[in-house]
Amino acid sequence: MPRVLNRRPGRLLAAGLALLPFAVALVVYVIASASRLADNPNDPILPSLVSMAETLQRLAMEPSRRTGEFVFWADTAASLTRLGLGVLISASLGLVIGTVTGLIPYVNRTLAGFVAALSMVPPLAVLPILFIAFGVGELAKVMLIIFGIAPFIARDIQQRVEELPPEQLVKAQTLGASTWQILLRVVLPQVMPRLLDATRLALGAAWLFLIASEAIAATEGLGYRIFLVRRYLDMATILPYVVWITLLAFLFDFALRKANAFFFPWYGNRSTK
Amino acid sequence: MTAVEAKKVWKEYGQDVVLENVDLQVQTGEFVTIVGSSGCGKTTFLRMLLGEVRPTRGELLLDGRPMPDEPGPDRGVVFQKYSVFPHLSALGNVMLGEAFERSPWIGHLFGRKRRTARERAMGMLESVGLGHAADKYPSELSGGMQQRLAIAQALMKDPRVLLLDEPFGALDPGIRKDMHALILDLWRRTGITIFMTTHDLKEGFDLGTRLLVFDKVRYDPQAPHAYGARITYDIPLGHTNEETWREIRESVGPGDAAVEIEAPLE
Repeated sequence: MPRVLNRRPGRLLAAGLALLPFAVALVVYVIASASRLADNPNDPILPSLVSMAETLQRLAMEPSRRTGEFVFWADTAASLTRLGLGVLISASLGLVIGTVTGLIPYVNRTLAGFVAALSMVPPLAVLPILFIAFGVGELAKVMLIIFGIAPFIARDIQQRVEELPPEQLVKAQTLGASTWQILLRVVLPQVMPRLLDATRLALGAAWLFLIASEAIAATEGLGYRIFLVRRYLDMATILPYVVWITLLAFLFDFALRKANAFFFPWYGNRSTK
Repeated sequence: MTAVEAKKVWKEYGQDVVLENVDLQVQTGEFVTIVGSSGCGKTTFLRMLLGEVRPTRGELLLDGRPMPDEPGPDRGVVFQKYSVFPHLSALGNVMLGEAFERSPWIGHLFGRKRRTARERAMGMLESVGLGHAADKYPSELSGGMQQRLAIAQALMKDPRVLLLDEPFGALDPGIRKDMHALILDLWRRTGITIFMTTHDLKEGFDLGTRLLVFDKVRYDPQAPHAYGARITYDIPLGHTNEETWREIRESVGPGDAAVEIEAPLE
């Protein structure tokens, strides 16, 4: 009998095992929900799957009587715009600041400490400042995401640049490269896959900041909706929204991983030689 | 013609003396191999030639002019590893030098410029035996092939001097033999001046036209860093007697492959 750590499930079994916890969670929920609803059919805390589906259908397929919008899609669009803008700006800022601080000693001495300090500030603690400074509109929400993840991405990229073997930089110079050319052709292409990785890892935090800022001041958005209907204990709305956010987060993560493998085939299977 | 000249060159790091009083004249077209025990300053010397490290005293000249104090296209280099760029194909690696030269702002070549650069690069890849691997990434190449690529990449710039820092140290003996044949062939064809460090004494004897041994002459056990290394042997190769060979071997200590080696008999 081989040791437990040497035993591996086959493909089919592995897939089944991966699905098992989801199935268990679902079954537990259905049983709990059914037993609560048996006691009180109007109990809102653990709504049945059917009532969740009905709520979702109403929000996604029927225009709101008040605004004429499809609430679910309007919320999704608003949140994704904020998230996308925040993440895109953070990634660009992080890339530029990170590569330059990693490569140029003068910039490093000037900025590295400041960026490190900035990344230590808890973003949610400055949220009120952002609302005061940028108003309660879209800008403050995007700024919170940027404030929360751009320093993290910048530091990650800086570290990756510093990890490039010095031999490579010397070699590039012996091929006649200027600082700018080294940045463009040696450093940037090698940190691009790292940037996608860093962004992927920062997405979780970005969602957190998005929902936090939407909870405080917004008129639409996934986080806004959840915190709005919380007042009525409307779990039939909250739970599908949470599942939807999770699914979106998963899809972004998946897409970024695939993009890395597609655009940077040399990344990941590098030997140390 | 003198390609490289060192005049009373010293290198100190604070109290630690690495090299002391190195005097050297190397003519264009010489193949200089540098041996020495580890920590004897041979790599420091090579990095000085590269412009990565500056001498604390004395003067280094390249073609009679002061050595530039940063790496440049007049001195090509191949390191033991990390000499090629993992994100570029073999062809991309070899074309990189030309792209730097002819496209200062975007570092990429297009159209006719690209085609001519590509042809030159393919010719160079063929000449190091990598014509079939032009589209492969370095991670898909063996260690020996990566070093061939690094050499091809360096030679594309037609440097005045080629610096090899233990270039074959990480390779298997069989592969190493092929690489020796390749580098000798390229050296004969281009007439380039080569400096190569190695810790394999036999390699040093087999390849070079001139062998330098770096060693510490004076040693104080109370202050091991008080004295630096200097050139203890400077031998034109091709007619070394066995006596000298044994002396050097004792002073350097056996390298990796030196153990089973017979003295070269002329």
